[in-house]
Amino acid sequence: MSKIDWSKYAPLIALIVLVAISAMASEHFLAARNISNVLRQVSYTGIIALGMTFVIIAGGIDLSVGSMLALVGVLTVMILNAVGEGWFAVVLAIGAAIALGALFGLINGAIVTKGRVAAFIATLATMSIFRSLTLYISDAGEIVSTNQKYPDVGGGYFLSVPNPVWVFLSLAIIFHILLNHTAFGRHVCAIGSNATVSAYSAIKVKTIYLITFVITGATVGISAVMLSSRLNSVSPGDAGLFYELDVIAAVVIGGTSLAGGKGTIWGTVIGVIILGIINNMLNLLGVSAYLQGTVKGLVILVAVLAQYKQTR
Amino acid sequence: MSSPVLQLSNIVKEFSGVRVLHEITLDVLPGEVLGILGENGAGKSTLLKIISGIYTKTSGTVSVNGKVVNLKTPVDAKKLGIAMIPQEFNLISSLNVFENIFLGSEIKSGLFLNKKTMREQTHELLKELKTDLDPNALIEDLTVAQKQMVEIAKALVSNANILIMDEPTTVLTEHEVRILFELVERLKARGVTILFISHKLKEVKQLCDRLAILRDGHLISLDEVTGLNEKDMARKMVGRELNQIYPEKSAPQEETVLKVSNLSIDGVLKNINFELKKGEVLGFSGLVGAGRTETAEAIMGLRHKDSGALEVNGKRVEVNSPVEAVNLRLAYLSEDRQGKGLILNFDIPKNITLISLKAYVKGLINKSLERKKVKEFVSLFDIKAASLDTKLINLSGGNQQKVYLSKWMDTYPEILILDEPTRGIDVNTKKDIYHFIRQLIDDGLSVIFISSELEEIIGLSNRVIVMRSGEIMGELTGEDINEEEIMYHAAGLTRQTA
Ligand SMILES: Nc1ncnc2c1ncn2[C@@H]1O[C@H](COP(=O)(O)OP(=O)(O)OP(=O)(O)O)[C@@H](O)[C@H]1O
Ligand SMILES: [Mg+2]
Repeated sequence: MSKIDWSKYAPLIALIVLVAISAMASEHFLAARNISNVLRQVSYTGIIALGMTFVIIAGGIDLSVGSMLALVGVLTVMILNAVGEGWFAVVLAIGAAIALGALFGLINGAIVTKGRVAAFIATLATMSIFRSLTLYISDAGEIVSTNQKYPDVGGGYFLSVPNPVWVFLSLAIIFHILLNHTAFGRHVCAIGSNATVSAYSAIKVKTIYLITFVITGATVGISAVMLSSRLNSVSPGDAGLFYELDVIAAVVIGGTSLAGGKGTIWGTVIGVIILGIINNMLNLLGVSAYLQGTVKGLVILVAVLAQYKQTR
Repeated sequence: MSSPVLQLSNIVKEFSGVRVLHEITLDVLPGEVLGILGENGAGKSTLLKIISGIYTKTSGTVSVNGKVVNLKTPVDAKKLGIAMIPQEFNLISSLNVFENIFLGSEIKSGLFLNKKTMREQTHELLKELKTDLDPNALIEDLTVAQKQMVEIAKALVSNANILIMDEPTTVLTEHEVRILFELVERLKARGVTILFISHKLKEVKQLCDRLAILRDGHLISLDEVTGLNEKDMARKMVGRELNQIYPEKSAPQEETVLKVSNLSIDGVLKNINFELKKGEVLGFSGLVGAGRTETAEAIMGLRHKDSGALEVNGKRVEVNSPVEAVNLRLAYLSEDRQGKGLILNFDIPKNITLISLKAYVKGLINKSLERKKVKEFVSLFDIKAASLDTKLINLSGGNQQKVYLSKWMDTYPEILILDEPTRGIDVNTKKDIYHFIRQLIDDGLSVIFISSELEEIIGLSNRVIVMRSGEIMGELTGEDINEEEIMYHAAGLTRQTA
């Protein structure tokens, strides 16, 4: 008697339609190399979008992720260079990147929960702070890694699939389980749906909310490693610029409600890929780079409008 | 006899294929008060929501004053003079009282809102309702009873000639109920037709002219109220005889399980002292604003205490958060199930196990164990829902309450504080809940029972504490537990004579 709820699958259907159109529009689209490229390009924002899904479901938002990525990236490469050659330095730097990301996330979370500042405002402030610290520390100059092994991390392949894609997809599976099959995930949905009811249900609302920011920070750390190792350098002014927009857009396109309370990881993965394909198609079709933002904006609007219709 | 103002014929309503109303045909006469009775989930709210344009019917026709009408939205209904006081609050908590009352029917002068006139009219309305509410007060600062008065005022402002009231009295105390009834009489004299849903048979008997009874979505009967007594009503509703609503009281033990000393919150509670015995039902009575909910919330660590000590099972304890309270096996069922109790976009299992989730986790949540446990509650309390995956927002009010009770029972509490637990519950289930409380007592639990319904306080409690304005006015036992004594203390007469 229960009917299939099609609206739940809207992002997946959109993806399938998009792939079909793209395949018809350009013969290059379905080439293995192109697909692998698209996936690698989206994995940097995609990894962060996984963490952001938790923050948004919990009822928050994190605008600082792009700047945070630059700051973590610069610090990580500096640490790497300070430690020296070899895999040991690389492993240490990766650990440091994740820890730094989590720490910056903790700072965001603490301002929001302890300081009772709205997430939008708090992370708008830290977005500015992180970027400015990045420029200061690096003296606005590119920081280049001297470690010979480091480029293999983000630039390497495993079974002909780029490493960042593996990281993105594995994290997606872990985060899916975290969201749907653990008490923590259940509590994140609860506090985003109704914080008062959650508090009355003996849920540590602030702690849970804080942790979502820490998780997002950690994903920023991972993304920073992937990006800086592939490029073998970090450019303090450009790294992660406007990432917050792509990340939030992907989460929303994936069906997660900006009002909090509901969302899925697989939706976010699809949202990330949809954005990537759109970018890729516009490139393949030779559309002006200046117009790509317009297309992206329209896609976000359609996704949000579709959600709005559902809740009516 | 005058021709009907409202005619329903063959109204059918289905939710995703499930029929909840079966060909309801019913004439409503001008100026009458028509009571609508039925068990939880019988379809009362659904029927009235169709009349007020909130739901669209699957088939059938609605006619107003002899003309078939097409009700698509609440605005259509409003234009036809139909207004509804909904069962669940529909107020915007960040706005104040007058803004809510005039929401959608704002008075403007030119381009601007005429706040002054709206404020004045709100003041008039509230005066008619005899509440001293401030038109400028924020909704989020109001108690549930006050919110209900705002809902009533909101329905009145549109000058409706058909007024639908879905359980308007569940959150009101006797005093406010009396005011509401006087108002209904006045409206009736003005020729307004009123449709009135309630689970309180006494009220129905007192207020209504005719009575429609629904059972499982069917209209079972339509009778004049004169000639029916409460027992008849209950029998028609449930389909069989209802005996012994209240179980025998059992004698509590000597052992004290909870001791509250010198509990104070500035401006809210003053020096509250009491003890709860093992196996006792301790009733808390009083008028709105008496401080009963605040006392419970302070015990549960939900409110900051300015002073006060708690002892649980003879041991001094600090409870500064609900987490600590739950660990001490305290449970508190709030009076505000939608605002503080349930997550409306969660399904039944996720709501029931929200507090007790730890018991289902071994690394990951064991969802089959969770569902198994939830099914036990669904059959224990006879929770009516299309499936376990139904979101709470789509359950009838009474069934939501049953889910809420299950949620706390799943924490295996030893001390259970029930704040208006039978709010919105039909007579039959009420009886089940009373007997369930007795079962809990036999199992060694102790219960604090807060209620504004004197009858159930009297029927269940071993001892009754009466509060007023944040103070305990008296404690009654044995023969003294009667309506007169309770009202006497609740009205504060003890202090004046002392
Ligand atoms: N929006 C909805 N979606 C699906 N089912 C619904 C929805 N609203 C109500 N129902 C179902 O319709 C039936 C009748 O519900 P309704 O709210 O009319 O009951 P009621 O008589 O008002 O009960 P109560 O006394 O508990 O308020 C219930 O089984 C309920 O689960
Ligand atoms: Mg109802």
